This record gives sequence, C-alpha cells and structure tokens, in this order.
Amino acid sequence: MSDTASTPPTAEIDAQTRRDFLLVSTATVGAVGTALTLWPFVNSLNPAADTLALATTEVNLEPIKDGQSITVVWQGKPVFIRNRTAAEIEQAKKDDAAALPDPAKDADRVQKDDWLIMVGVCTHLGCIPLGQKEGEPKGDFGGWFCPCHGSHYDTSGRIRKGPAPQNLLVPNYTFASDTQVVIG
Amino acid sequence: MMKPTIKTAFAAVLTAGAVAALSLTSAPAQAAGAAHKPAVQDWTFKGLFGTYDRASAQRGYKVYKEVCSACHSMNLIKFRNLQDIGFSEAQTKALAAEYEIQDGPNDDGDMFARKRTPSDPLPSPFANDKAAAAANNGKAPPDLSLITKARAQGGDSVIKVSMKHPDGFTIGADYVYALLTGYGEPPAGFELPDGGSYNKYFPGGVIAMANPLVEDGVEFSDGTKATVAQQAHDVTTFLAWAAEPELEERKRLGIKVMLFLLVLTGMLFALKRKIWSDVH
Amino acid sequence: MSEQQSTSKFMQNGVVKWIEHRMPIFSFIDHSVGSGYPAPKNLSYWWNFGSLAGLALIIMIVSGIVLAMHYTPHTTLAFNSVERVMRDVNGGWLIRYLHMNGASFFFIAVYIHIFRGLYFGSYKNPRELLWIIGVLILLAMMATAFMGYVLPWGQMSYWGATVITNLFSAIPVVGDSIVTLLWGGFVVDNPTLNRFFSLHYLLPFVILGLVVVHIWALHTFGSNNPTGVDVKGPQDTIPFHPYFTIKDLFGMGVFLLIFSFFVFFAPNYFGEADNYIPANALATPPHIVPEWYFLPSYAILRAFTNDFILYWPVSWLMTAKLAGVIAMFGSIILLALVPWLDTSKVRSARFRPIYKWFFWIFVLDWIVLGMVGAHPPEGIWVLLGQISTIYYFAHLLVILPILGVIERPKALPESISASVTQPAE
Repeated sequence: MSDTASTPPTAEIDAQTRRDFLLVSTATVGAVGTALTLWPFVNSLNPAADTLALATTEVNLEPIKDGQSITVVWQGKPVFIRNRTAAEIEQAKKDDAAALPDPAKDADRVQKDDWLIMVGVCTHLGCIPLGQKEGEPKGDFGGWFCPCHGSHYDTSGRIRKGPAPQNLLVPNYTFASDTQVVIG
Repeated sequence: MMKPTIKTAFAAVLTAGAVAALSLTSAPAQAAGAAHKPAVQDWTFKGLFGTYDRASAQRGYKVYKEVCSACHSMNLIKFRNLQDIGFSEAQTKALAAEYEIQDGPNDDGDMFARKRTPSDPLPSPFANDKAAAAANNGKAPPDLSLITKARAQGGDSVIKVSMKHPDGFTIGADYVYALLTGYGEPPAGFELPDGGSYNKYFPGGVIAMANPLVEDGVEFSDGTKATVAQQAHDVTTFLAWAAEPELEERKRLGIKVMLFLLVLTGMLFALKRKIWSDVH
Repeated sequence: MSEQQSTSKFMQNGVVKWIEHRMPIFSFIDHSVGSGYPAPKNLSYWWNFGSLAGLALIIMIVSGIVLAMHYTPHTTLAFNSVERVMRDVNGGWLIRYLHMNGASFFFIAVYIHIFRGLYFGSYKNPRELLWIIGVLILLAMMATAFMGYVLPWGQMSYWGATVITNLFSAIPVVGDSIVTLLWGGFVVDNPTLNRFFSLHYLLPFVILGLVVVHIWALHTFGSNNPTGVDVKGPQDTIPFHPYFTIKDLFGMGVFLLIFSFFVFFAPNYFGEADNYIPANALATPPHIVPEWYFLPSYAILRAFTNDFILYWPVSWLMTAKLAGVIAMFGSIILLALVPWLDTSKVRSARFRPIYKWFFWIFVLDWIVLGMVGAHPPEGIWVLLGQISTIYYFAHLLVILPILGVIERPKALPESISASVTQPAE
C-alpha cells in the first residue's frame, strides 16, 4: 500500500513480524502437505491387497512320515516342514545347553516336538540351505547346511557354525487340527 | 443424499472449474434408434458424502448369484472383496467354498479341483468367451465387474449428465436399473427378431437378454419383499459397488484434501497480498 | 529487502561457498527463479499458466513412474493390471485418477498458456524461438497423451489407436508400409502396445528437456507483459522471488483445488465410458471420439471430405483423406509460423482494437471445432465443421498478415511503469 512508507517505524516492524509469521506458517503447511502427498506414492509400493490375501498357506501333514521333510511355499518363500525323529528331538533338546551364537531353546522353536516348521532361507544372505532331501549334506550338526557361505544349522534349525547371524526363522503358524497346519 | 445447497455449490465449482472443457466435452449420441433416457434414481452413493447401502448391496449379491451369474461373469471381483459390503470374513469363506476352482498342477503334475477361497474370483458361468458366445446365440454376455462405469453415457451429453451426477458414473447405475425394469411389449408394428426381447432402454430396442427378474424370483433373508423394482435396485447397488469399490474412500479423502487445499491456498493468498503490498 | 539480505547471508555460508566456487548452482538458481531474475512488474494472472503446466508435468511424471511399476504391457493383461491398480494396489486408484485427470489439466494449462501468448503477442521478435519450442512441446504432449491413452487397452484405447495409426496410410505409395511398421503386425496388437508403452515412458522426459530449453530461451529476454512494451529499466521490473514465486504458488493452490475436485468427485468426467470395456478387435464402438484435447484437431481431420471447398484446389493431387491428415498436422505446425504470419509490430492485443476481436473469434472458432469433433459427422455438424475449419486457417493465413498492415494500433505507453501509473484500459 502507498501509505506503508509514511507509517511509523514500530508499525513497520510489526508488519514485518506478521509477514514473517505468515511466511513460516504457510511454508510449514505447504511442506506438511507435500510430505502427505508423497505418502500414497510410497505406500503404493507396499504389497497390494491381492498379494496380502495370499499371505497364508494351509498344509496337510498326513503324508509326511517320520524323518521326512517337505518344502512348501509361503509368501513366495520356501518353508521347511520336518517330521523329526526321536533321535533328532533328543539331540535338539540336549543342545539347548551348548554354546549357541543365537541362543534359543528347542521348546521355544516348536509347538509340537515332532514338527519343526521354519522359513528355509539362510539368515546370512538369503540362500536356501540343503538338507531337506535324502542324500543332501546336512552339515556338521545333522540339520541343514547352506552351500553359499557354509552355515551349519542343527536339528532345531539353530545356527551353529558359519557366517549366518541368526537361527532359521520360525513363522507364525497354528495347528488347525492334528494333521492340518496354517502358516501365516 | 445431497441437500440442494450442496448441489448448487457443486454445480458452481463445476462451472468455474473448466469452462472450456465443459463446452468441448460432449458425449456420443446413441447409435441406431434413439433409446429412452433412464430416469434419475436416488442412489445413496451419489453426492459428496455418498456411501453404499450395505444391506441393499448384500441383497444385490444374492440377486446376482441366483439370477445374473447364470450367464454373466464378474471376473474382477474376488470373494474377499465382499467384506467391503458388510459380509464377515467367515461369511466370505463360506460363500467362496460353495464353488470349486481348478488349481494345479500338483506334485504329480495333475490339475485338480479345490474349493474356492476368499482370494479366488467369483466363478464364471462359461469356460471362455467363445463358449459364452456359443451358448448365447453368438453374443457373449458381458462381464459385469465394471458395467455401471462402462454404460455411463446412456445417450445423454456429458455436460448434462455431469450436472445431474457430479460423480460422473451414477448415470451408469440409472441405466442398469432402467434396463432391468424396462422390459415390456413392443409398440404396435415393431418387428421383434427371433430370440430378442423388447426393452425400450436398450439402443435399438431389441436386447438378446430375456427379462431376467420376476416377482419373488429370489428370497431375501432380511425379509425385504423381492419385487422386480427392489431386486433391480439392489443388484444395481451391488454392481455399482463392484465397479467403483474405492468410491467411499475416494470421497472421504477428497473432502480432507479439498479442505486442506482451501486453507493452504487461503494462506498463500494472504502471503501474496502481504508480499505484493509494497509494489506500485 | 529482507529476502536479498537473507540470500546474501545464505551465500556467505561455508558449504554454499565451497559448492558455488566449483559449480555456481546457487547463483544459477537465483538468476533463474530467484531474486536475481527481474520480471516485468505488471504480469497478470494469465502469466501463471506456464508454471501450472510445469506443475502438471511433474504430477504426470511422478504418478506415471509409479503406475508403470504396476502396469503390464500385454494385450491379455493390460486391462486387468490397470484394474488391479484401481482395486488392490494401496492408493492405486488415487494415483491412476491423478494421472488420468492430470493429462486433461496439463492440456487445459497449456492451451490457456498458448492463447495467452496469442493475445499478448508473446511470440514476436525476439521470442520467436521460444514460441517454436513451445509448439514442439505441444506436439510431444499430443504424441505422449495419445500413446498413454492406448495403454489401459479398453475399447476406446484400441479403436483410437487403430484410427490414428491408420492416418498414416494416407501417405502415397509408402503409407501402408508405414502403418504396418507402426503396428509391428497386421492390426494394432501386442507389439503396438509394447512400443507405445516404451515411447510413452520416454517422451515425457523429452518434454522435460524441451521445457528446460523453453525456459532457457525465455530467460534470454525475459517475459513479455500485458502491455507488450519492452522492459526499459529497473523501474519496470521486480525480482522474480519473492513476488512471482508466491504468485505462482497461489495459482498452484487454486489449480490443485479444481484438479482435486475432479480427481476425487468426478474422476471419469473427462473420460469415455467405452474405455471400461476391454478391447475387442472384432467390435467397433458405435461412435469413436478422442479425448477432449484432440477434438479440434479431429474436427479439422474430418472436415476434409470430397465435397469440401478447401479440398478442391488439391483434389487433382491427393485424396481427401491425405488432405485431412495434412490439414490436421498443419493446423498445429502452422502455429510455429505465427511470428511471421502476424505482421503487426505491436505485441499486445490491448493496443490492437481490431485484432482483439479477431482473437476472441478465433478462440470461439477453436471451441466450436472441439464441439464438432465430439459429435458424429451428421447434419449441421458437417457444415459447422467445414466452416470452422476454413476460419481456423483463414485466421492464421489471411487475417493475421492483412490485419498487421491495415490496423491502426492505439498509442503505446512510454514504458511498463508508465502504463502502471496510467492504466491503458
């Protein structure tokens, strides 16, 4: 306005402060708006509804005999399901007391002693360990062996030797019945 | 439901919005034989705050399932989507399990049939388009997943349609409703070809689909009387939901975004006035 | 001024100085859109549409990159992959509707920007090159929009692609070979969809490059202004920042408000219902219309029938179809020649009493062409299309050159600041 020049200095400083306040608050609102706008674009990269809908897998355990393993797919990843022998269970419980890089009790890793269910992805860099099929190397501890960088897992899927930092991951699962398990 | 004031405001925004576009955009006229214009219905999903009537949509699913699905697929709809219109997860599981789907191959390399799960689509009545056409005098019944969007123009100009229906596509719902209730005797002298039915809302007047809805053709579990009009209304609500399942979320977010932008633009205007106050 | 002080304070910062010494990016920004770029003080709100078009381009590129992550360019999967975006991808419907409506709003901003240039003579010496680059941007936008519209693989996508690619069959001798080459087959099919997707992703970055060149050319002589009178000195200008940054931002707020209304409450307003029917190579929709921003061009194309008067002079040389194709592309390319077709020395229509009227008739003519393009070529629309096509070319080729010679412009103000103190109107 043309009268700005003739107003006293205090009023001018006042106007200046008001303007700075408006500037800062507008910039803040604008910045918040921009950030909120970016969120849907980022969030769209998360798994979509159809992907999430396939996030559980049901498995029938009936055909798996004592000492056999199967691999099922859950969320695109291999899941090892092993019907453990009595000797393996005994070994796993005994090793609770051994020096473990990632200490965990066997009892905490299974819901039923017979059934060991875990994600078959090496916790080192994501390879699939061997030991599911007859004749495959099972490593120094009779469990699984990752050929990529030589990680050895025991009969409870715990890391015992090699570069992997953690035990094989146990997914969430529930027994729908004695022979039916739902993973995820 | 929209109050008149909101409607007026709506129209005002529209007019201010894109004067050029308004005068440019104009819909195609219907092809052969000017069809009757569908009457405007009072859908709950119209307007700024519109939502789908859950009970109506659930009844509509029943109409689709027991009547329409004999010929029409809805390939884009999964059973899990039905949770949107108020079915529980257990209910969608049970609804899905009524049908089988071919899956496989299993470890032996064989295809096998299994019960559908909520992540499976609604079943198709025909194996493929050719089979659908062969069973229906050479013309495959259209998939209904997007039908209210795909029939949105109904022979009216976009300008007029948009003034009446700011959402753009409720006109499609009006058309579907009109079509389902529009069967009748052809006017005198109208020659009806073999296998065709007369429907004054269908372009040309002759539709291959026989009148699908009859009085009490379905039984609603909530005790609603299944008149033809009621069935048509409910199934149209269901189809409108199927075509635009995002509608409620879209409108809710839209209100917030518009309010935010109103505040921000107001602040920007004030700041602009302040900054420009010393220019002359 | 406080901004200038804070800018110089900013320039004293150690890190800033280190970078500035090696790559003077901060002074570059300052001279491009900062306080170091003087802009005419009398720019009106019509000058907002350049930055609005820039905003639209950014919205299109950002939403487009995300959409491409979810889209499958295959004839059997494309339609369903778009519907998956609409139904299953988190917020996918929002991103798609932003992209769909963003295209329309990009064209709205650009068309107003172009008409602003035509009214105020922004294309005249020394801004001819700036204008020509702008026409190239328009052409690139049209190509991008056309190919993008094909991607959802609905009925309108498919038949639009068929009709537009068939335009090239009008070219004598090699026409059919060119069309086959464009298709990569015998009809519009999967190879066509794949190459359109590739080009639709590429072209926006070409547009972005052209925009940089456009702004470079703009900054050489600075903006034109409502009086069309050259900037005579510092009294005629104000720093771009903060005056025009805030004005542009305010304009963007208004633009986004209107844009959001359509995205959230009328997302299919600009679209065609038929595009929600999957493409069917054996059934053409009863009436094929392009998106609204192509309607004027489409009307010019269709105006050329065998009995059209503009066709007679060339009827011994080519088919009406070819004439129509040439006229359609010519109607855009001719815009690039406007700096020379307009013979008037006066830039702004404010001081051209006759041109002002012809400008608005031209705008009206363009809108009529758009309406003609939207209607089936029957009855009155045929005649209206031919008349408005004739007028379109007459305006550019006859009225503009003659008017510059016979019109007596009003007296121009001494300078911008003189016009501000004593408004011309």
